Amino acid sequence: MAINKDSNTYTISFAIVLVIIVGGLLAAIANGLKPIQDENLVNEKKQNILNCLPGNKSITRDEAGSIFNNFVKQRVILNYNGEIKENTLLDNSIELNNKDSRDAFSIDLLKEYKTIKDEKSRNYPLFICDVEGKTYYVAPVMGKGLWAAVWGFIAIDESGNSISGTVFDHKSETPGLGAEISQDFFEDQFIGKLISNEDTYQSVEVNKPGNPLNDYQVDGISGGTFTSVGVEEMMSRTLVVYHKYIKNLNRS
Amino acid sequence: MAETTEVLEEKKIKVKEREPLFSKKNKKLISDPLDENNPITIQVLGICSALAVTVQMKAAVVMSVAVLFVLILANVSISLIRNLIPNRIRIIVQLVVVAALVIVVDQVLKAYLFDVSKELSVFVGLIITNCIIMGRLEAFALGNKPWPSALDAIGNSLGYGMVLVIVSFFKELFGSGKLFGFEIFGNATEQTGLYAMGYMDNGLMLLPPSSLIIVAVYIWVQKIRNPSLIESN
Repeated sequence: MAINKDSNTYTISFAIVLVIIVGGLLAAIANGLKPIQDENLVNEKKQNILNCLPGNKSITRDEAGSIFNNFVKQRVILNYNGEIKENTLLDNSIELNNKDSRDAFSIDLLKEYKTIKDEKSRNYPLFICDVEGKTYYVAPVMGKGLWAAVWGFIAIDESGNSISGTVFDHKSETPGLGAEISQDFFEDQFIGKLISNEDTYQSVEVNKPGNPLNDYQVDGISGGTFTSVGVEEMMSRTLVVYHKYIKNLNRS
Repeated sequence: MAETTEVLEEKKIKVKEREPLFSKKNKKLISDPLDENNPITIQVLGICSALAVTVQMKAAVVMSVAVLFVLILANVSISLIRNLIPNRIRIIVQLVVVAALVIVVDQVLKAYLFDVSKELSVFVGLIITNCIIMGRLEAFALGNKPWPSALDAIGNSLGYGMVLVIVSFFKELFGSGKLFGFEIFGNATEQTGLYAMGYMDNGLMLLPPSSLIIVAVYIWVQKIRNPSLIESN
């Protein structure tokens, strides 16, 4: 069977067949693996929320899926003024629903950060947790580093005055530099830092390393300046909302 | 007479086909890229990832394994369809195959090795742009059978991985005083070990330009060891 491999017909049909085969294969693989990937993402988020609570740093992703409800008692969405949005205060007896927009867990902060320019109209999800009888408020934060998004979860203590733990992560910061924000030595610096100055909000500063620090300052990462600035910016922009909510709650 | 020569010729062909799996020629396919035909230091391909993913040894090792996997599969699949590929669109066909493989790797990592996939993040996607892969497909797989192609892929990705690991060894050791994340020189923030004596990490080592210096020193050493590599003017 002699086929002229240089003919246009052969070339075009080869291209079509190749694209159909490869496209079909990729679609099948992507579809088949989607449920596992989604579960990984959900469990990772659960793990991050739990890891920033005091004493919970070593919870793994697999464990987090099943023990999430032991710690997280309520999920709620706030508006910019620190008020609870209607119908969004969910008890942990209500199953997590990643598709329900009333569920704080479903809020995609990255999407909101990119599409909703006005920070006053964004959603502010909050996870109210309980560790050994003490209440902690876990607030997600989202901002940008040097290359792409950086985000984190901040645990605030019951009084709303200080930080009890943090978890940071990033999409693609430079390994060894900006990527170090997800390391323990960076995250643990925030424990005990204050966000409240006589009931008014004061944000935590991420400084150049090497200078003496006060209660509102932590060391940044040398060589990871842009990422450090991103961490500082996302915390100062977002935590003010949660601070308002917790202070109002304690007053009433 | 005519018959016997025919038989002889047939035998010759058969003998040729039965070339042992690890004949001298095939072994050379693996050993050559490690030294005198190293893709990075001699052919100067894949330099970009040698600069970008060598800050930590762990990332370098995982990247090398990913490249090994993609290159073997790409080389073998291109070699299998080498007689079908229309000459005019061969580069596009190679690109489609490599891109598809990289997406498969990325998806599988995300599903089953979630932590590794986070570690590598964008670099998995960037395997597509690694010149070594397209270079091997074009130069070797298009003209050779699957088995030699697979060996060629192993050799080249090992040669690539070797340079990556060596560069990242020096970068991580002198840039952050660690190897695979373990503190070798003591703790910099708590001022223990070497740091207590006033030693400081070299910040330049964490940045891409230092890779160029290390790769250059590597080439220098390699050419001292093997003078036949030195080009004469």
